[in-house]
Amino acid sequence: MKQQAHSPLDTSAIRRDFPILSREVNGHPLVYLDNAATTQKPRQVIDALVHYYEHSNSNIHRGIHTLAVEATEQYEAVRAKVARHIGAADERQIVFTRNTTEAINLVARAWGDANLREGDEVVLTEMEHHSNIVPWQLLARRNGVRLRFATITDDGYLEMASVRELVGPRTRLVSVVHASNVLGTINPVTEVAEVAHAAGALLLVDAAQSAPHMPIDVANLGADFLAFSAHKMLGPTGVGVLWARDGLLESMDPFLGGGDMISVVKEEGSTWADVPYKFEAGTPNIADVIAFAAALDYLAEIGMDRVREHEKTITAYAMDALHRIDGLTIHGPADVDDRGGAVSFALDGIHPHDVSTILDGYGVAIRAGHHCAQLLMRRLGVPATNRASFYIYNEEREVDALIDALKQTIKVFAE
Amino acid sequence: MSRAPDPVFDDLFREVILDHYRRPRNRGALAGGNRHAEGLNPTCGDEIILDLRLDDGVIGDIAFGGQGCSISQASASMLTERVKGRSVAEANDVQRQVRAMLLEAKEPPAELGDLEALQGVSKFPVRVKCALLCWNVLHEGLNPATVNTKQDTQETL
Repeated sequence: MKQQAHSPLDTSAIRRDFPILSREVNGHPLVYLDNAATTQKPRQVIDALVHYYEHSNSNIHRGIHTLAVEATEQYEAVRAKVARHIGAADERQIVFTRNTTEAINLVARAWGDANLREGDEVVLTEMEHHSNIVPWQLLARRNGVRLRFATITDDGYLEMASVRELVGPRTRLVSVVHASNVLGTINPVTEVAEVAHAAGALLLVDAAQSAPHMPIDVANLGADFLAFSAHKMLGPTGVGVLWARDGLLESMDPFLGGGDMISVVKEEGSTWADVPYKFEAGTPNIADVIAFAAALDYLAEIGMDRVREHEKTITAYAMDALHRIDGLTIHGPADVDDRGGAVSFALDGIHPHDVSTILDGYGVAIRAGHHCAQLLMRRLGVPATNRASFYIYNEEREVDALIDALKQTIKVFAE
Repeated sequence: MSRAPDPVFDDLFREVILDHYRRPRNRGALAGGNRHAEGLNPTCGDEIILDLRLDDGVIGDIAFGGQGCSISQASASMLTERVKGRSVAEANDVQRQVRAMLLEAKEPPAELGDLEALQGVSKFPVRVKCALLCWNVLHEGLNPATVNTKQDTQETL
């Protein structure tokens, strides 16, 4: 096995915590390089989920009995842990949702419906995931707001000149992805925040691909809203996080109505619970939120700056190896300082779905498709891309396996 | 890195399929067509466009366009070769036979010819929709009444 030349992480030790990484796929050891879609879960997270159901399962916020109190305490402790993880001053700024998509929809509904009118503008970018496009298109259909799309450069950077040109007196919100799920590009969010705030607009940051991979400090980021998903950072599926700057949630209408989000319900109308409970109608995903704490602990133990260093190392190694393959083109920034560990590429004359099928035969899992970013696919002039994406447990030998399988793919399609 | 044997893709990427993918037949525009149908697999982006010229119930000429993986494009190329010059009824029969081969893993009848090469796709369930796309488009092109009903349904949803 090759030594990890520069990674600060002991990947061998980390891998022992992930039961799934020892399985085989099609007779080969699993090489899991689809981490931008979802990450694998360490034993600690799986155990936390089982432990909750075996010891504390109960509904929260309403029972008087011991289990209800335990479950409520555990659930609320995660809110505080999430706040610490992203540098939020107050845990009441944290709303649990199902995923990033629901968090953005929450803002589009609860903030957008209450504050935006026909003629107002929302500025997005060409590299957004559908989850940061479609909620705003639905909002535009409801109240006539206009969507503008900031452009990107051919090498996958956001054009700040385009952002400055589009953001103006009519702009009420700028909503940008922090790290692109296709290009890997890390956007200069703080710079975008300055432009947005100078125009009196708010900034929403889609952190689905950044919160799992680098330190996030909302106190210095400049964002007004930040959204991300637990399942892309070792946690269970079904848990998303919306963070909102102090005072914003208080000024918003509820998102969904029902149990747990009310204060007093009368026939003629109701009053709402305090934030953040106003935005968590019905029984939430208690077990998965509680297990998410184990994921945050796992990442905190490693340290997010070391997570980032490891990914830069393995991404640089992968990009260098990919570049050596004839007929292979990488989309997105070449400099690993400007990008995360999602690496999209094209093989001349071979469609990504064919690549992915052959790689799967070698146990190598990558993503092939439009990655829920059809605007970006059109901008790049491709129908789809191949994407390998890395996380804390990936090793250089797995990149080697990817490269070998890609060479086999080229052989299958060679005349 | 692995001692496991190399996987064999001969079932899926048969030489006939790769040949149609590299050198598609009847690809491009069609002058004087009187039927047009398009299909898209939204999850993967495969796209097939068919233009036909129907002369008295016979497919006088056919051309395809679009983009996508080898399976989707080769299937469309083979489709055009197979149904050109056939009656609508014959084309519908071929379409049903291909569907049965892909979805029910039925042995292809001899008259399917080259299309038999798509048989291996049935062993890759996630790829069946790639091979089927052009046949769905053909069905819509040949039977426009069902298309209209479907579109109406979609619009009311």
